[in-house]
Amino acid sequence: MSGEKPILAISNLHVGIEGTEILKGIDITIPSGEIHAIMGRNGSGKTTAANVIMGHPSYDIEDGDVQLSGESILDLEPWERSRSGVFLSFQYPQAVPGLQVGNFLRKSVSSVRGDDAAKGAAFREDLKNAMSKLNIPSSFLSRYVNDGFSGGEKKRFEILQMMLLKPRLAVLDETDSGLDIDGIRTVAEGINEVVRGTENGALIITHYSRILEHVQPDRIHVMIGGKIVASGGPGLASLLEENGYDWLEERVAEGDVFE
Amino acid sequence: MSQPSEAREAVGDYKAGWHDPENSTIRFDFGLSEQVVRDISELKSEPEWMTEMRLKAYRHFVDRPMPNWGNTEILEDIDFDNVCYFLRSSDQTGESWEDVPEDIRNTFERLGIPEAEQKWLSGVTAQYESETVYHSIREDLEKQGVIFLDMDSGLREYEDIVKRYFGTVIPFSDNKFSALNTAVWSGGSFIYVPKGVSVEMPVQAYFRINAKNMGQFERTLIIADEGSSIHYVEGCTAPTYSTDSLHSAVVELIALPGAHIRYTTVQNWSNNVYNLVTKRGVAHEDSKIEWVDGNIGSKLTMKYPAVILKGEGSHAEVISVAYAGAGQHQDAGAKVHHLASNTTSNILSKSISKDGGRGSYRGMAKIMPKAENCRMNIVCDALILDEGSRSDTYPTMEVGNASAHCEHEASVSKVGDEQLFYLMSRGHTEAEALGMIVNGFFEPFTKELPMEYAVELNKLMALEMEGSIG
Repeated sequence: MSGEKPILAISNLHVGIEGTEILKGIDITIPSGEIHAIMGRNGSGKTTAANVIMGHPSYDIEDGDVQLSGESILDLEPWERSRSGVFLSFQYPQAVPGLQVGNFLRKSVSSVRGDDAAKGAAFREDLKNAMSKLNIPSSFLSRYVNDGFSGGEKKRFEILQMMLLKPRLAVLDETDSGLDIDGIRTVAEGINEVVRGTENGALIITHYSRILEHVQPDRIHVMIGGKIVASGGPGLASLLEENGYDWLEERVAEGDVFE
Repeated sequence: MSQPSEAREAVGDYKAGWHDPENSTIRFDFGLSEQVVRDISELKSEPEWMTEMRLKAYRHFVDRPMPNWGNTEILEDIDFDNVCYFLRSSDQTGESWEDVPEDIRNTFERLGIPEAEQKWLSGVTAQYESETVYHSIREDLEKQGVIFLDMDSGLREYEDIVKRYFGTVIPFSDNKFSALNTAVWSGGSFIYVPKGVSVEMPVQAYFRINAKNMGQFERTLIIADEGSSIHYVEGCTAPTYSTDSLHSAVVELIALPGAHIRYTTVQNWSNNVYNLVTKRGVAHEDSKIEWVDGNIGSKLTMKYPAVILKGEGSHAEVISVAYAGAGQHQDAGAKVHHLASNTTSNILSKSISKDGGRGSYRGMAKIMPKAENCRMNIVCDALILDEGSRSDTYPTMEVGNASAHCEHEASVSKVGDEQLFYLMSRGHTEAEALGMIVNGFFEPFTKELPMEYAVELNKLMALEMEGSIG
């Protein structure tokens, strides 16, 4: 079973865009059933990491590998990765005017989980439950994908998609930004539901520790300048919250290791 | 008939591109002359006034220069001497599909017409080349006095009504192609809806060109009497040939006080058909005319559905979409003239260009000086899918009365990489993602279509998107 292999293994990943190196050799391993977080300031390379896992075509992979349950996914197109169980909750979800949410959800579930999963009462029940957990009204289904959505609606819609697509690996890029405290709690519950007690995994990308209080990640990686400078348990988030990234950078420069 | 597999191979993605062997009972030689016009009229045993009108129209067509606007280059390519102006493929108009010659019946079955007829239509006419080969109307409508006939039968059976309205909305001298149509018209629909009658389910006409170098010149006249309503739907396809065919229709609508006419077109000619059509309606007091006009096929379309708001309180709605792929130019748009006070109009035009195709919006919206308190709203959106494709807008607004309220918005957009990536991350291939974006863009049009048409159109566009992504 996939339990043997880590759900995600990023090794020595070097990534550039238009000749500029952004990720300078990162290593992250997420065992099945675990939730990890990457914290870092804007511009540290967090979103690049998320996009590369999903297969964004703009980046050049210069070295290293990304494996899902022991299989490299770097040669796969984004839709193939999605069908293999990778999901990305976007920092800036894109609007598609004219494409109805309900229709889109059904098509996506059908593409990712197969036609049968998108049919009949089971799907409708699944959809109804997920929407009620996320406090999304049914009128939402006839709106157009992300078109005119508020920041909070966009983020909740990302989580709704995650809950319906049931990914093996969920990557959440700044899903907490733009959400109030209730929204964060709701989103955190969604993430926990998809991962806890399963063989799935999640990678949460954020620059605040707030969401982490609700998710309780197993491990936190701090990214600065395209490198993971520190990895540690949940305590690392509170240390960062109290002292800031400059402090951490200095400590790392002095040779401290956070385990 | 030709083997489907062969035909499919020959036509690529265009699913309606097969052709039947030509089994004509009457076929005119190529070319146009006064004699050809006389022969058509004689063949149909028409009254003299119609023959005279045809001849006048023919002379006007000969004298009238080609339009010096639109795609003049492609227009000048039309070889009027290399067109067949009349072709009869069945000696009768069947009232049951059993009466339709087998090849032709098979073609309409492949196009799904008999099936649609059973499910959701009030009446159907099917035109093949120059004439209608099948016609039916639901009995209950006939009992209420609704007339739904092909135009030739309409002229034979209801000469008074035809004579009163024919050419009153679009005189033959309107433009070169309305002159051509008036000279050689054949087929099309004649509809009269009596006072107060609402035809709930749409009636449909389907136009099929089969022969090479064919000219199809159907003529449609719809009169909705006071307080009545009707929804007319037309579809059209043709085989794919290396030589061109010419389709030049004239459609006249008359909405009497309080009437409502909706005219829906999904045009999917093969890419060797010139589609040069004049469509116009006159709206009397408190009536409403809606053109829902989709242009997917053809080599060159020049078509600007028009409404003359003649009666106070009348309303015009023109929703059009155009898809221009490789080698296609869709020059489409709308025309609205506000002649009376308190009249309103909405124009929504959306075009997609891809693989070097060209989409143009050409619009004319006019408010006359004596028309008080008119409202006019125009929105044109263009979506360009790749570098070599093109979109232009040629909007004209003439507002002669200061009380008018006019709005005009235009936008041109491109499909973004981020938008595609977003959809692909949800398990959709690039072609599927593009199909979703494109169908979403057309949604304001598609949602106005009968469901069956909407589903077909979405499939058609998804197929178009698959064509070019390698």
